[in-house]
Amino acid sequence: MEKPKIAMYWCSSCGGCEEATVDIAEKILELADLVDIVFWPVALDYKEKDVENLPDGSITVSLINGGVRMTDHEHMVKLLRKKSKIIVAYGACSSWGGVPGLLNLYGQEELFSRVYSEVPTVENPEQVTPSRSTKVDDVELMLPEVLPRLLPLDRVVGVDYYVPGCPPTAEVTWRALEVLLSGKAPPQGSVIGASEKALCDECPLNGTKPDRVLVQDLKRPHQVIVDPEKCLLTQGLLCLGPATRGGCQALCVKARMPCTGCFGPLDMVSDYGAKAASFFASIVDFQDEESIERVMDRLPDPVGTFYRYTLASSALGGRARANRK
Amino acid sequence: MREVVIDPITRLEGHGKIVVVLDDAGNCKKGYLQIPEIRGFEKFAEGRHAEDMPQITSRICGVCAFAHHIASTKALDDLFKVEPPIAAKKVREMAYNIFMLEDHALHVYFLGGPDFIVGPTAPKAERNILGVVGRVGKEVGLRVIEMRKKLRKTNEMIAGRTIHPVLGLPGGISRPITSEEAQEIRKLGDESLEFALFTLRVFKDIVLSKKEYVDLIASDAYTHKTYYMGLVDEKNKVNFYDGKIRIVSPSGNEFAKFDVHDYSEQVAEHVEPWTYVKFPFLKKVGWKGFVDGEDSGIMSVAPLARLNASDGMATPVAQDACREMFETLGGKPVHHTLANHWARIIEMIYAAERLRDLANDPQITDPNIRSLPTAIPDVGISVVEAPRGTLIHHYETDGRGVIKKANLLVATQHNSARIALSVDKAARSFIRGGNIDDGMLNMVEMAFRAYDPCHSCATHMLPGSTPFLIYVYGENGTLIETVKRKLP
Repeated sequence: MEKPKIAMYWCSSCGGCEEATVDIAEKILELADLVDIVFWPVALDYKEKDVENLPDGSITVSLINGGVRMTDHEHMVKLLRKKSKIIVAYGACSSWGGVPGLLNLYGQEELFSRVYSEVPTVENPEQVTPSRSTKVDDVELMLPEVLPRLLPLDRVVGVDYYVPGCPPTAEVTWRALEVLLSGKAPPQGSVIGASEKALCDECPLNGTKPDRVLVQDLKRPHQVIVDPEKCLLTQGLLCLGPATRGGCQALCVKARMPCTGCFGPLDMVSDYGAKAASFFASIVDFQDEESIERVMDRLPDPVGTFYRYTLASSALGGRARANRK
Repeated sequence: MREVVIDPITRLEGHGKIVVVLDDAGNCKKGYLQIPEIRGFEKFAEGRHAEDMPQITSRICGVCAFAHHIASTKALDDLFKVEPPIAAKKVREMAYNIFMLEDHALHVYFLGGPDFIVGPTAPKAERNILGVVGRVGKEVGLRVIEMRKKLRKTNEMIAGRTIHPVLGLPGGISRPITSEEAQEIRKLGDESLEFALFTLRVFKDIVLSKKEYVDLIASDAYTHKTYYMGLVDEKNKVNFYDGKIRIVSPSGNEFAKFDVHDYSEQVAEHVEPWTYVKFPFLKKVGWKGFVDGEDSGIMSVAPLARLNASDGMATPVAQDACREMFETLGGKPVHHTLANHWARIIEMIYAAERLRDLANDPQITDPNIRSLPTAIPDVGISVVEAPRGTLIHHYETDGRGVIKKANLLVATQHNSARIALSVDKAARSFIRGGNIDDGMLNMVEMAFRAYDPCHSCATHMLPGSTPFLIYVYGENGTLIETVKRKLP
């Protein structure tokens, strides 16, 4: 029998997802026995033409990481969709836009003006900015364009499964591959490889978490020295564990830092940030208006706190702002 | 006129692309390196909590996440005007040296190294980690993989995670080192030094013993006389974690030595319309286009530049190795791009020695690891030496510690103008007479690979050959031929 064909591709990626894949080191050899990797630009011959030549639907699984930021990313993921039976959004950026999705708070003009004109080091008297086409030495040098917004993969093509995490851990990655190759496909749209429960369920401090958490005051991580034996929420730190999917084995909490939500929402939650914000509202012990103000003053950046990895997938989507031509 | 496009360059993350323009005789007239992506961290940092920046900016690069994490953490010390306890500083520096060692080893064995260990024009099927293993033996290959794994596991223990660590806070670190952990790290230090010295022996046996390799390193095609920049301690020795920024001229004289707070008086950035990357240059010399020499503000960073810009290494074994390199290559400064590979191994030795010293320091397990900030934040600026060069973070906040403005000068960016020079020169030197073969293309690739470039900033090249897809265009813009480099 023919081995299943796997493709891997990255869009606007930091490379952490690629490193995470490599960190399953010994298992990669096992994987190579089970599948044929037909496309992986970072490791194998670049064959966009060969992908075009494949019959539609002939790739069993394509794993795609990074958000869709540039026009060439958009082109490539559409091609892979056509050629693949299963598309997997691998990692936080591909699933919900990730940290770079925060750029959706700003338009391209603001981005270019900050980077190519405003920063204190730029010397750019003619206000040059990168452009789609530049003629130098009689040759036209082409660049892909920045899309008006960074898009999670499922805003561009249909996605069958999601593997969460920034990045997904080696264990989560391997479990997801096992599910994909088992032949027993879970329902379309499922999150695979991670837990079905909230992070608290696997957190070593869960035993110290009271049934009903109530905080009088909120502290930012640099304002408190953590007691490593006590649930961080009870110490006034905004740990997003209760709103976040488990699977990482509480790596950050074990290092005495609060969960920031990189494994995203649990099943049935479409807007992680809204869920996280409502969880936050539920634990603050508001006595009066003054106490509301005091607590909100401790949280000047709710967007970066609740939507750090999911802004691009949120119903809010970012600041509504037209790109002037 | 013909145009050759090499897209994408692999072993270079961030989707790089080389365009080579040929004249009617088929000789290369000009080579361009284009970086076709922008991610905009400087913009969306605005509005974020300052203390979140070490975790946000690490997402610039999943490979050198640690470099951004620590640069950002130090910028927060400055921003909140808080001095971390000595143990916190030492743990940060120790973890940082573990990271430098691991990242350099990856390049030596998996990425740039194969060009030398296996040979620049060796069959591409062998020009990879497997070829390296073929040359140096399987047990060595296993040792490399094992060492990398141990270094990464140790940093996960210290920093919570290796990819996107959660160690740094203004005024300290998130958790102390236990004495059991210190014991383990001490063992790792000894092993690391042995491993780094072994790597130097491999390099000497395989590269330096061959005259044609040494000639290649010193050849004109890979030589540019530029300024060099790097971080030095109070004795002008290389330091990765802290110090003053020192710049030497192409003739080797100290051009400037300054605190990072003055960086914008020294460094400026030039913009070109055909690439998203900016080109930093020395402000006081000026941007004179893509040319080298004393009158051009183009500077270089990363291992060779650090050694050129310093008075040597702070640790004894690395210092001996450093002296030997400069003696062999004709004294300071060395302008040969390919000498970066040698300099990188010398830095591995330094990182291992420094790691060993810090792991043996009794203060490393001191539980006092945090100073709580009390001052009102306003401006924070910091510098570290990332594996790929000088990395500067600069934040301005309001009184609540919310970022108003951010400026980031990323390591590879400082090298971007010199990399452009290198790609152009190598293309003009090796692509002649219209014939384009695999060996030639690898010689062009070697010009940028020596810098270990990291353009989004993320290089993570995997074992394997370097595949190219080359389009040759005619004068009217029609595709004449497609040249492919395939995997075996």
